[in-house]
Amino acid sequence: MRVALFLTCVNDTLYPDTGRAVVTLLTRLGVEVDFPMAQTCCGQAHYNTGYRHEAEPLARHFADVFADYDAIVTPSGSCGAMVRELYPHMGERARAEGRGDTLSAVLAPVVPKTYELTEFLVDVLGVTDVGAYYPHTVTYHPTCHGLRSLGLGDRPRRLLEAVKGLELVELPGAEECCGFGGTFAVKNSDVSAAMGTDKVRNAESTGADVLCAADNSCLMHIGGTMTRLRTGMRPVHIAEILASTREAVAA
Amino acid sequence: MNSRERILGRVRRALADVPDDARPYQEAVARDYLREHGQRSVAQTVDLLAENLADYRALVHRCTDGELPELVARLLSAHGSGSVVVPPGLPTGWLGAVDTTLVQDSAASTAPELDRVDSVVTGCAVAVAETGTIVLDGSSDQGRRRITLVPDHHICVVRVPDQVVSSVPEALERLDPTRPLTWISGPSATSDIELDRVEGVHGPRTLEVVLLSGS
Amino acid sequence: MSGTFVGMPAFPQAAREAVGNTTLRGNLRHATHTIRDKRARAVAELEDWAALREAGKQIKDHTLRHLDRYLVQVEEAVTAAGGTVHWAADADEANEIVARLVQETGESEVVKVKSMATQEIALNEALEARGIHAYETDLAELIVQLGKDRPSHILVPAIHRNRGEIRDIFRSEMSEWGRPAPEGLTDTPAELAEAARLHLREKFLRARVGISGANFVVAETGTLVVVESEGNGRMCLTLPETLISVVGIEKIVPRWQDLEVFLQTLPRSSTAERMNPYTSMWTGTTDEDGPRTFHLVLLDNGRTDTLADEVGRQALRCIRCSACLNVCPVYERAGGHAYGSVYPGPIGAILSPQLRGTGSEIDASLPYASSLCGACYEVCPVAIDIPEVLVHLRERVVQGGPAVRGGNRVVLKPAKGHAAERAAMRAAQWAFTHPGALRTGQRLASRTRRLHPRTLPGPGRAWSGSRDLPAVPAEPFRDWWQRTHGGKGGAK
Repeated sequence: MRVALFLTCVNDTLYPDTGRAVVTLLTRLGVEVDFPMAQTCCGQAHYNTGYRHEAEPLARHFADVFADYDAIVTPSGSCGAMVRELYPHMGERARAEGRGDTLSAVLAPVVPKTYELTEFLVDVLGVTDVGAYYPHTVTYHPTCHGLRSLGLGDRPRRLLEAVKGLELVELPGAEECCGFGGTFAVKNSDVSAAMGTDKVRNAESTGADVLCAADNSCLMHIGGTMTRLRTGMRPVHIAEILASTREAVAA
Repeated sequence: MNSRERILGRVRRALADVPDDARPYQEAVARDYLREHGQRSVAQTVDLLAENLADYRALVHRCTDGELPELVARLLSAHGSGSVVVPPGLPTGWLGAVDTTLVQDSAASTAPELDRVDSVVTGCAVAVAETGTIVLDGSSDQGRRRITLVPDHHICVVRVPDQVVSSVPEALERLDPTRPLTWISGPSATSDIELDRVEGVHGPRTLEVVLLSGS
Repeated sequence: MSGTFVGMPAFPQAAREAVGNTTLRGNLRHATHTIRDKRARAVAELEDWAALREAGKQIKDHTLRHLDRYLVQVEEAVTAAGGTVHWAADADEANEIVARLVQETGESEVVKVKSMATQEIALNEALEARGIHAYETDLAELIVQLGKDRPSHILVPAIHRNRGEIRDIFRSEMSEWGRPAPEGLTDTPAELAEAARLHLREKFLRARVGISGANFVVAETGTLVVVESEGNGRMCLTLPETLISVVGIEKIVPRWQDLEVFLQTLPRSSTAERMNPYTSMWTGTTDEDGPRTFHLVLLDNGRTDTLADEVGRQALRCIRCSACLNVCPVYERAGGHAYGSVYPGPIGAILSPQLRGTGSEIDASLPYASSLCGACYEVCPVAIDIPEVLVHLRERVVQGGPAVRGGNRVVLKPAKGHAAERAAMRAAQWAFTHPGALRTGQRLASRTRRLHPRTLPGPGRAWSGSRDLPAVPAEPFRDWWQRTHGGKGGAK
């Protein structure tokens, strides 16, 4: 099976540790993963801000870069949802605008083989115990697009529960949005910040050291709020927890 | 062009891009939902009705034909009713033991007059177990809509099990849409203060439902 | 506070005030969280919820697809049952019709059942201008009317008020409108409800004209349905001699049987009850029972414009349950008034810019009043994909394009104030289709990372006013990959 890592532009630029963690984790599980260097961005920010037409070349580029792989794995619920849920929609809209089936046909092949990381682990590899060790108290925030668009369900929880040394504590109001929302965070910064503050206060109330999620964009917002509010908590991507081992912790 | 033609024209133009959908109504809607929820015996359905009525603060009583007059008289007396409005076709025996003033439902009676009456006794058209609902359809044992609205105390007699259905779909099948219908689930209530339910606003603040069985 | 929505500031400015109002935040949080959990339990009782939701969606879609036919059928059925049908293309026409009908009765006051359509067209204000007093009889509407306030929720227009505030409004304002509040009124909900009962009863008993909306109109029978809780609806629908119902053209369902879906989904989504206390159904007039004269005013007012939009038309499926408001994290913090419309919350954010167009500052800002979290879509009992429509309307705001306004095809210009964003999006698009350029940019960011502040000046404060910026790493992932896995994956 040819497996490609679609890291996403945000992770590539700002969170390379998450990318390295995915590579470490998949390699440990016997999956040879490739990083196509031509990858850039799925176009979500454009699309969700109202620039659908500007997002189309990015979607085409994505389909072109990843066409030849059997599985495309991404450590981002929202970018995964962009491909799986919104690429087909982009194709339909192009058809409705009288531009034929070309866009649909170009995008269709990558849609079903794009997996968010926890889906790939649980559904494709069939593992929940990935052999990780992470001696911390962790609370898990299910990010909106992973939760509602992709329907990740209890996959992340099952993976976290199997991590040795990890104590998982319930996050109050877990399913409520953290307030990031892409450009929402700046266009409606007051509401976004209020949502972020409530999320962080809920996280603090659990007594956990770490707030874990499957999306670094949301964690950027939550983490930025945590440091501003001077909480002792850290935001950590789930890939970094699952990649962690006793040896790595000891080192 | 009048507004009727204008609106209909706008609707037709608005739908000009939609592919023709010649499917008849019956095929356009998948009715994969249930006709009723759960499997129950007739007796269990009546029990569910009683449970759900009580859950929304209706007072539920059970009796037989022979016990009804005494029960109605007792309920009116316990409520302190000095007068009770009577639909024209209410079975005469139901109020046989009542010694308060009977007020006949009449087209001439005004709302202020009804406001001076304490109680009303009616039958019903159908009762819905799953939702704890009684439905009135203005038949002669139920009377005009206003008589079950203005007095503050409503006693409604449901013949069980004949008038009881399990579900909303079954209730609609039994009802005649050309009649004025009132669906009642508990006494009047509101959620307008902090989205919390409080019973007792404009409709009858006390709803008593008598489940009447044949013998 | 003004009683109208004219000249509202854009959503972010209006929301800022609400976010800082701790009483309001507390009231909204308490109320929405209370109902949220109850709704979830009421819905969980029905194992066929998904099938009911799908059927509701299909019934509405089918009706909208054949709306011209069903409108004519409604007209025929209502007329045959003794009612009179009027058609109103816009708010002004509807208000004219209703005012004329009231004037023909010789009355100068009317009692009203809570109705979104009459709020939308500002009927009360239009009647007042013609010397007709309209009394709102729903408890929450009464609170809003007495407080000279604006509604902030579809189901509970006074949700922004807590019990103490309601008591104060009753004490100070009821005497202006009729029977004063009882002496020593406390803030217990039961006492407040009792005060409303006493205050309104004299109005119900003398009313000769009632005005309502409707939750549903059944085309095959001409039956109107009003779903309510307090009994004020029954009072207005049965005690007056004349009843005037103003109903949006999207409220139609084809058949009697269709009610079996919505009478299950609406109460559970709305007040989280198995069934609401009272539902009234009437078909035309009935001899010697209820109003002798019945008028139905069919209202367009932007609905056909909405119908013309192939993505946006799904908003017309809405049955006004308000479940989307109650789960919305943005609504919970911004409050209903920030939406500048009688339709607040997620559904308002897609309905108002379609019914009114995106021309005003507030309407152009509403499609952005969402983090696209999708909670609204999840609870919607007719499966309106609100995030999809929001994104579609954002596109209309920034790119313009064809639309229908007032029944006419127009080409909208891109909204002002998005030029810098548009330029940035185009620049990003170029970089993202030229991986080499992207890599150069990433390296530049990494190389200069020690110079990057954790907060930003100027417009950047929209982010860093409340959040630190992430630190830029020493190298982007792709450079690490190139170093450690060089040669692999570089083909494309």
